[in-house]
Amino acid sequence: MIEVHLPGLDLKNPVMPASGCFAFGAEYGALYDLNELGAVTIKAATLQPRFGNSTPRVAETPSGMLNAIGLQNPGADQIIKNELPRLEKQKVPVLANIAGSEVDDYIATAKKISRHPAVNALELNISCPNVKHGGIQFGTVPEVAAELTYKVKAVSEKPVYVKLSPNVTDIVAMAKAVEAAGADGLSMINTLLGMRIDLHTQKPVLANLTGGLSGPAIKPVAIRMIYEVSQKVTIPIIGMGGIQNADDVIEFFLAGASAVAVGTANFVDPFVCPKIIKELPEKLNTMGVTDINELIGRSWKK
Amino acid sequence: MKLFNAKIIANHPINARYWHMILDASMLDEHVAPGQFFHLQCGDAQQNPLRRPLSVFHYHQASATLEFLYLVKGSGTQQMTQRRPGDYMNLIGPLGRGFTLPEQGALLLIARGVGVATLHALAREARAQNKAVHVLLSARTANDLLTATALAEIGANVYTVTDQEGTSNLEQVRPRLEQLIHAEKIGALYSCGSRRLSKLAQDLAEKYHLKGELATEAHMACGIGDCYACACTIRSHGQLKTARVCSDGPVFPIEQVVIQ
Repeated sequence: MIEVHLPGLDLKNPVMPASGCFAFGAEYGALYDLNELGAVTIKAATLQPRFGNSTPRVAETPSGMLNAIGLQNPGADQIIKNELPRLEKQKVPVLANIAGSEVDDYIATAKKISRHPAVNALELNISCPNVKHGGIQFGTVPEVAAELTYKVKAVSEKPVYVKLSPNVTDIVAMAKAVEAAGADGLSMINTLLGMRIDLHTQKPVLANLTGGLSGPAIKPVAIRMIYEVSQKVTIPIIGMGGIQNADDVIEFFLAGASAVAVGTANFVDPFVCPKIIKELPEKLNTMGVTDINELIGRSWKK
Repeated sequence: MKLFNAKIIANHPINARYWHMILDASMLDEHVAPGQFFHLQCGDAQQNPLRRPLSVFHYHQASATLEFLYLVKGSGTQQMTQRRPGDYMNLIGPLGRGFTLPEQGALLLIARGVGVATLHALAREARAQNKAVHVLLSARTANDLLTATALAEIGANVYTVTDQEGTSNLEQVRPRLEQLIHAEKIGALYSCGSRRLSKLAQDLAEKYHLKGELATEAHMACGIGDCYACACTIRSHGQLKTARVCSDGPVFPIEQVVIQ
């Protein structure tokens, strides 16, 4: 009833934690069985280790938060050595997020990570707003995003999902460009670029000045973008942006998503993913829906 | 570590800036070490979605009570002051690594402001093991010298300095601490609440070859090691590396902390 099948990802339920909110699963794995999840999305891997931005790296906002972690990670080799073997022992599918500063970094990282048996698919991060080089610079111009997608697809041994930035004027153009370049799916949306200023210091709260806004505050933006994009592409969408409960999951499906990722809500309640997975069949029952796949795009389908 | 709701037994101001909250922690079935923290939901999760990490002020196992001393600083802690006895707080914990006691010698605790909340728990633990405890308590004003009486009651030797009296500057504090190290068989130094005093504690620990630990703090999101919001730099085996305050700390060996 809640199984979904996407390229490279056979999911017994459509709920996964979002990249960057779950590290590599070790900490949450101590709280609950990761096999309860539809999949896990691991924190962005870059070719070289990254130390991330100065602190403070997070700030709270009404119904959301800003973060500017800066893609801190131990680098692809260490992730392959220390993190992926642990996930390989689990049955849960792994969506591996990768990022880079240059096209060549993305290609080298995609090659290494996609070859690992624990990894079922790649999530190409062209939308991180918190690093000076790479990330979002690949995610705001359709031709640039398409070229990178094409090159990563050429070396990846696994399907590639492209994670889109909402910080663009025409999201449909971005989606169509990466679809034409061979993307197997889309993840949307990444965070919205924002800022908070402290009234006492009269300076920006985050050391990085700006950060990515996530949480329920951005859900309407995500819903609108998925609604628009899902009508114009044929590849599946993993929807994310402020999901807190089963009702939100259903709203994302109605907009056009085929699976969902939960980010910020993990920080409010570390058990939120298993909780949503438990609620979902009950919710579908009350709606008289026998298969969640029936709901995909129902808000716009005639 | 667990996620649970705890009933508020008491929640009241102790002066203009600080509040004291006592929770029924009978749900808790594990040891809570001094220096560990709990991640608390302040109130309305729409207004304040992120939890606040508060170090344990006192955990009393026999009565199953958990106490926090908190500085009312922003909208989150402001919301905490609205909670009444009988209400429930949602918390995750205990989290992080706490303090370790010295095998020999007395403890010298150097606290500033609300940093004493963290060291208070350590002082109690040390006194329970019959170790001598000396506390240098620094604050802006005499009114902000928190828990000095409570510390004296459990048998700690308390020395107070304030900005108001002009006794809290390093030129005066340093010789006092050195005198204590000489006279009182100090085995370990601990500090929390001030970068300046932590730096001083670090210098003294190095100079006198003493064990020491610093309790650090940071803005956090997850509190359990996943999000890397609270990253800090530590020095380990001569190399700089990144650590997470929430799960690798918040208490670090004194020589490892890089004070900026």
